[in-house]
Amino acid sequence: MNTTLEAFSLLMAVSAIAVYALAFIIFAVELGQRVAPAEPAVAAVAPQRVGQLATAVITPVAPPVTALPATSRWGRVGLALTVIGWVLNTVAVVTRGIAGGRVPWANMYEFALTGIAIIVGVFLAVQFWKRLAFLGVFVTGFALLALVLATVNFYVAVVPLPPALQSVWIVVHVFVAILGTAFFGIGAALSVVQLLQARRAAAGGAGLTFLQSLPGADVLENLAYRLNVIGFVFWTFTLIFGAIWAERAWGRYWGWDTKEVWTFIIWTIFAGYIHARATRGWRGSRSAWLGIIGFAAVLFNFTIVNLFFKGLHAYSGL
Amino acid sequence: MTDSSRPSDHVDAPEPSTITQPRLGLVGYLRFFWRQLTSMRTALFLLLLLAIAAIPGSLVPQVSSDPNGVIQFKRENPGITPVLEFFQVFTTYSSVWFSAIYLLLFVSLIGCVIPRTRHHFDALRARPPKTPARLSRLEGYTERTADADAATAIDTARALLRKQGYRTELYSSSPGQAPDSVSAERGYLRETGNLVFHSALIGVLVAVGLGGGFGYTGQRVVVEGDAFVNSLSSYDSFNPGRFLDETSLAPFSIALDSFVPVYETDYASNSIGMALDYTANVTTTEGSGEPQQATVKVNFPLNIGGTEVYLLGNGYAPVVTVRDPDGEVIFSQPTAFLPQDANLFSVGVIKLPDGLAEQVGIRALFYPSAVALDSGALASSFPDLLNPVLTMEVFTGDLGLDNGTGTNAYALATDSLTEIAGRTADDPTIQLALGDSIELPNGLGSIEFTEVPRFVSFDVHHDPALPWIFTFAVLVVAGLVTSLFIPRRRVWVKAVTGTDGSVTLEYAALARGDDPTLERAVNAIADEHAQRLAVRVGS
Repeated sequence: MNTTLEAFSLLMAVSAIAVYALAFIIFAVELGQRVAPAEPAVAAVAPQRVGQLATAVITPVAPPVTALPATSRWGRVGLALTVIGWVLNTVAVVTRGIAGGRVPWANMYEFALTGIAIIVGVFLAVQFWKRLAFLGVFVTGFALLALVLATVNFYVAVVPLPPALQSVWIVVHVFVAILGTAFFGIGAALSVVQLLQARRAAAGGAGLTFLQSLPGADVLENLAYRLNVIGFVFWTFTLIFGAIWAERAWGRYWGWDTKEVWTFIIWTIFAGYIHARATRGWRGSRSAWLGIIGFAAVLFNFTIVNLFFKGLHAYSGL
Repeated sequence: MTDSSRPSDHVDAPEPSTITQPRLGLVGYLRFFWRQLTSMRTALFLLLLLAIAAIPGSLVPQVSSDPNGVIQFKRENPGITPVLEFFQVFTTYSSVWFSAIYLLLFVSLIGCVIPRTRHHFDALRARPPKTPARLSRLEGYTERTADADAATAIDTARALLRKQGYRTELYSSSPGQAPDSVSAERGYLRETGNLVFHSALIGVLVAVGLGGGFGYTGQRVVVEGDAFVNSLSSYDSFNPGRFLDETSLAPFSIALDSFVPVYETDYASNSIGMALDYTANVTTTEGSGEPQQATVKVNFPLNIGGTEVYLLGNGYAPVVTVRDPDGEVIFSQPTAFLPQDANLFSVGVIKLPDGLAEQVGIRALFYPSAVALDSGALASSFPDLLNPVLTMEVFTGDLGLDNGTGTNAYALATDSLTEIAGRTADDPTIQLALGDSIELPNGLGSIEFTEVPRFVSFDVHHDPALPWIFTFAVLVVAGLVTSLFIPRRRVWVKAVTGTDGSVTLEYAALARGDDPTLERAVNAIADEHAQRLAVRVGS
């Protein structure tokens, strides 16, 4: 029963890889086909702002593109495929959890599998808030790459939890860490587009064509900030819950274990990011770089620190 | 509209002037350096520096978390060791340079928090500011026509804004006239949260720094059937805090009745031999109270007398019984062996300074489930006691216990000893199954492998600062969330009476800090205001 479920979970994960790959291709093609909007963006924006009872609307002077682009047909296909990939991914997570009779994030493979499902889930959820389908190429690309690497390199059979992990805190601490990672990841993708956009603006509008259809650097920066701030709150919880668990399991709340050090480094980088946004001369590309460096540190913490650094968080299962 | 209390390079602070400054005196310079230290740019720089400074400590083993790793690192990298030692890299997080960075950061933080707190305190008691002359230049500006007269419209707007949690104040655009606008502000909690967050961080630092000084940690290995009392002398190692009164240790004793591990025994599983559970059954006695039964598990420490007892390690403590040639027992006690792998292959040292013709030292290996490898060597194939085997190399000579210097109980210096049974001796290494006994060479006596109790290592921690640290951590989170997600905004509603007597209502707002929903909020206020006015005029 359990080994069957385990195999089924792996099958679902591999299926998710295939669908994410398709979605990635569609998103990439869609982005390549984009051209500048025919009408000046301001005109397109104005009608949305008219309230029901308004007698007059004054449109503020706006940068060329302030509104988020409507999702094209191919964009919608990409999104639909992403939803299917996410469902397969989630089924893989759930069946893995049932097969193990515990939360499915006790080793690197499971952490990656669950983490990707949550990153893609957050990306899809964010679509209800803002149309960010243009990020699909980043998110599915990342999901594809990460899931392939995890399945090929990190795969381990289901084993029970060792006593050190038998705690309610594995549910809370690790889950908020994954959520924080998801928000940082999407924030970093926005920051990358923001940097491209800023470079295009600096070059007088020359550069990649698809950027013309995307929001300006300022809009992207504000979106990235809001996601990163949510990520920062989750990361703060990760630190605090981790400290509480460490106090329970190891008898000290903080011991500068390598993983603790890197969690602290990431927290500090994003604290810097938030301060940078409030510092004259640091808004814009500089703070975007900080956000990207912060997410890079998150990935470093998950991969390199887990695999090559000696520490108490030795749960890679490899 | 700006806060003079904010650092001069905060985005909300006024643009710096380019006027040439007069020459600075001493006070001027001090003020200049203080301004630099408390600027946003410095705080940002120190934050990023702190992040970078934390990296070396994750690359090189630390004395605090991995003392054996440090010893090994130094042995393997003799060239770079003096350099790393000079820069205190093995103790990065208590090093002078790391401490300097975070202390500067916190000084900068305090220098920022104090004036802002004062300013915020004033702002909390101040009236919302005068309505700007031209609202149309502000964010979310919108206009509506009203059927009501100006006084009614403004009165209604004030009631509405108050209900939404705004602090309101009426103003008139020309002196002596009836009020024709309402100025409103809300979200004071945003700044409160910000200040609470930063102050609570200082609180965490102080609680960790000071509170830790009043606590202690102690480690003690206990074999099944044995007990220990919570006093300085009974610990194998003890780390008192700086301010600890060492006579103040809570009076309790803990006896280890049994230690019960559970291992995966299903051969079909992927995890044969994996530990599924560890339970230490103990009897505790607090002061002169009655003995009580309790358990200690990983992740579930035992709280006794305000002190936490953690189950951190376990292993086997084989009992050997040594008899002299007359059959008199001269030694019969457990010795804790150090586990070497997941199947609890363990090594231990037994020292017999007295009772036999010569001093005897034994280097022993223990296999709880011994199997012979193809090479003939033994290995353990399972962590539980399926086939316990003890092998011993026996040495004679001066064990060095009598010269008064401390020796490592887990090591045997064999340089000055003579091997009488083992690889370099005539007699082979002794190998005993549980219950077996054998004569020692040279007619020294006999040795018996009597029984195999288990041992656990308990960590005993007392940290009176924990509740404080926890409280400050909760405040950190509460402050962070309010400072990031509560919008602080000012809203104005102004009634402009035209020459024909019609009333136009103007709405506008000003964000203070990140406020993504500002425009929507202004529109919602305008809409609801119109509805309320319609109801009021209609009735």
